[in-house]
Amino acid sequence: MTAPEQPDAVPFDEWDRPVEGWLLSGRCRDGHDRTLLLEVATRTLFPTMLVFSLYLLLVGHYSPGGGFSGGLVAGLAFVLRYIAGGDVGLGAVVSVRPPVLIGSGLTISVLTALVPLALGAQVLSSAKLEATLPLIGAVSTQTSLFLDVGVYVLIVGVVLDLLRSLGAGIDRDMRDAGERP
Amino acid sequence: MLALVAAHLVVALLLPLVSARGHRLAFVTAAVLPALTLVWALANTGVALGAGVTESVAWAPTLGLELSFRLDALALAMIVLVSGLGALILVYSAGYFGPTSEEATRSAALVLTFAGVMLGLVLADDLLTLYVFWELTSITSYLLVGQRGDKRESRRAALQALLVTVLGGLSMLLGFVLLGEAAGTYRISEILALGRAGELQGGGMVPVALLLILLGAFTKSAQLPFHPWLPAAMVAPTPVSAYLHAASMVKAGVYLVARLSPGFADLAVWWVPIVVVGIGTMLIGGWRALAETDLKRVLAFGTVSQLGFLMVLLGAGGRVAALAGIGMLLAHGLFKAPLFMIVGAIDHATGTRDLRKLSGLRTSMPGLALAGVLAAASMAGLPPLLGFIGKETAFEAFIEEGGSRSWAIAIGLLVGSVLTAAYSARFVWGAFAAKAGKEPTPVHAPGPLLTVPVWLCVVGGLVLGLAAPVVDALAAGYADQYVPADAEEAGYHLALWHGPGLPLLFSAVALGGGLALHLQRKRVRKLAHRSPFSAQNGYENTVAGLERVAVVVTGRLQVGSLPAYLATILVVVVLFLAPAAIAAGVWPGDQVFYHEIAQVPLGIAVVVAAVAVVRARRRFTAVLLVGVIGYGVGGLFVVDGAPDLALAQFLVETLSLVAFVFVLRRLPSHFTEQPSPRRSQLFKAALATVGGIVVAGVAVVLSGARVGPASASDDFVALAPDGAGAENIVAAIIVDFRALDTVGEIGVLFVAAAGVASLVLATRYDRGRASGQSSPPHEKDVLG
Repeated sequence: MTAPEQPDAVPFDEWDRPVEGWLLSGRCRDGHDRTLLLEVATRTLFPTMLVFSLYLLLVGHYSPGGGFSGGLVAGLAFVLRYIAGGDVGLGAVVSVRPPVLIGSGLTISVLTALVPLALGAQVLSSAKLEATLPLIGAVSTQTSLFLDVGVYVLIVGVVLDLLRSLGAGIDRDMRDAGERP
Repeated sequence: MLALVAAHLVVALLLPLVSARGHRLAFVTAAVLPALTLVWALANTGVALGAGVTESVAWAPTLGLELSFRLDALALAMIVLVSGLGALILVYSAGYFGPTSEEATRSAALVLTFAGVMLGLVLADDLLTLYVFWELTSITSYLLVGQRGDKRESRRAALQALLVTVLGGLSMLLGFVLLGEAAGTYRISEILALGRAGELQGGGMVPVALLLILLGAFTKSAQLPFHPWLPAAMVAPTPVSAYLHAASMVKAGVYLVARLSPGFADLAVWWVPIVVVGIGTMLIGGWRALAETDLKRVLAFGTVSQLGFLMVLLGAGGRVAALAGIGMLLAHGLFKAPLFMIVGAIDHATGTRDLRKLSGLRTSMPGLALAGVLAAASMAGLPPLLGFIGKETAFEAFIEEGGSRSWAIAIGLLVGSVLTAAYSARFVWGAFAAKAGKEPTPVHAPGPLLTVPVWLCVVGGLVLGLAAPVVDALAAGYADQYVPADAEEAGYHLALWHGPGLPLLFSAVALGGGLALHLQRKRVRKLAHRSPFSAQNGYENTVAGLERVAVVVTGRLQVGSLPAYLATILVVVVLFLAPAAIAAGVWPGDQVFYHEIAQVPLGIAVVVAAVAVVRARRRFTAVLLVGVIGYGVGGLFVVDGAPDLALAQFLVETLSLVAFVFVLRRLPSHFTEQPSPRRSQLFKAALATVGGIVVAGVAVVLSGARVGPASASDDFVALAPDGAGAENIVAAIIVDFRALDTVGEIGVLFVAAAGVASLVLATRYDRGRASGQSSPPHEKDVLG
């Protein structure tokens, strides 16, 4: 049995810490090199960029965009977050390991390629999906959207991998070597 | 037949699950399928000896590739060895590998896999199908010989077997392609029919093809000078040796020769190398066997010798030689496999295979000794065993033929047979005799699993010897592909008694000579030890030489200097592109300075940035300027109406800028401490300028070569709205028309990401190790 949580268990100086992971945690790295302006900008820009990236992904079939561009925009959102909050800020929002993301993306795309085979069509054939959604009305999309989703996930994974190895990794190397970033 | 082969592989995949319940169970389970295969093959004997059973499955029809199988007399004989002996050896393995053996799980699955691919090999009726199974046997034997790979000796032996057999395999593939193209078909039976009729076109291609194919057969069957891999591979567990090196794998080369001989045996380019190499191998192998002290290596060199013998019989052509060849093929399997198994049992019972240490096993293991004597007697060619029948027929084949060629072969085979008898005697003496001044070796009796398979093989050799007409029917089914020279040859049959004559005399001389050699074993052994050259050294020198060449070439080409690599690339581009463009290109006449006014400032910005990059001394400046170039090009895309490209360009540019900046933190801020020497600067500038001009010029020339939108683009434009349901043609191309490319490209991205992460993490790990600290964060990084 754990003791019931006390309302004042939260320390005073953390009462305004965000509960949601997608906002910057407010913790900062080492207490220096912190730009509040960038942090504020990131708090507003990060969700916006993610939504925009999804928009690019969905709209790709009809105007500029697609999985590649969408994935890059999402990746850049994470880059921004990393620049503002460092490793801590990045880790708070992405708990999935980059290799898992990359692998999932590849898997989604390859499965999309193979599913038509199971339905008796050629590899990578696509079909049109149409539905009438309440409030929105008739929407239609192509099954090739799933291929794009795979690309999107993979690109996000690649960017996060880049941040992990080139960003956070080098950060820690420099810390270990006693250098200031 | 394909189903049967596939079943082997599937069961082999599932065997580790059975192994978890017990190794013995796994081996016995594995033995079921080869036994069933044998039953199936024997049930089809009638058809196989007649028209043959054929089956063909389309593999890649558009490329004309198919998996064709054919069960005929030769395949049937091989299946008796591959599946029959395979089943027995798997049962034997159940006794050989202890319940705690770590090798057992792997061996059970691999031996069964091997049996499967070997089955595919002997049934294949298509050159390329045969090649696939051929290489699969190489790989499987590599895994079997190498075992866990924790012993240097095993690794070296496995690698040697792989290198040698794959070298031959590749040359054989080339030969197959040449032969198939010359014949216009890859179906073996059709090629042989063409070859027999002398209708094989292709001019000088066929001899070259045959030589290349022979190289493959020689390496696989351990012929001179490729033989050392076979004795070296004796580091494998004994059942594996018994199977690979007695019954199946090394017979593949002999089988290939036997398979193709009916079509080509009258070509000198076919039979001369086979006869010369085969007799040479028979003599060398037999001679070297007399010097060995490890029983298994005695047998291994004996196998080398016998393979040479088989090569000659099956490659020299002629109906009687072919009869002898099939007889010896069966006989060899039926005596060599039990001999290997006996060595395994002795090893089990006494803990040694050294014939100098073994003594008195005749009295302590009388049953095994009797089996050993019978098997060795078959090897030496003693009646009434199958080995005798084969050997006598072999002499008959060449003596009756007459002529200097045949007599030379007959004498060669006789000398080889003397050596065979000598090492057979050496084996029996070494394994079972009570040696003077030696205490009897202590033994603990081997269980029935180790002895029953031995007896089954030995009795098989005896029964088939007595029932020669059975073997004759099988052998004739193959040998009748040869046109007999006269009525006597046509009427010849394998039989136990042909009456007195030269062949019988030859057999007697071989036995007598062999025994005499054995009595002089001390002197012979000293002589046999001395050898002016060693094929094993040759192999090692070749491999070492190759490595040295690789080091030298790599050292010259991979100098580790980025400017050098870039210069090489640029020089090649200039040298190849510029002459081609000048010779064939047309400068477009309607070349305008710009299409849109907005292109001018963008172009100027790009050019200025490009010049500035070259002038930059600081890395950061250079990276920013490269970014400017990228954005400028993106701007040009916008102006030209390619928003998709521009979007991607801007995003990638931004991301790479960020990545650059990340990396720059760890690099010196300036490219060089001091400016490089004037001369090298001038050279670089000249090369860069010429390279730039050439590329720009070629781009203009190429754009001038295009007169209108390509038909592919037209189709894309036409198909995008209806076919792909897309208003954005670029997107339609990416996810629909060329979606396979997209999948491939993201695969490349995946590899690139893994590569970057690995490189960065690897250097960190090295540093952590150098400073002697364990690095838990590194572990975390690697695991994600």
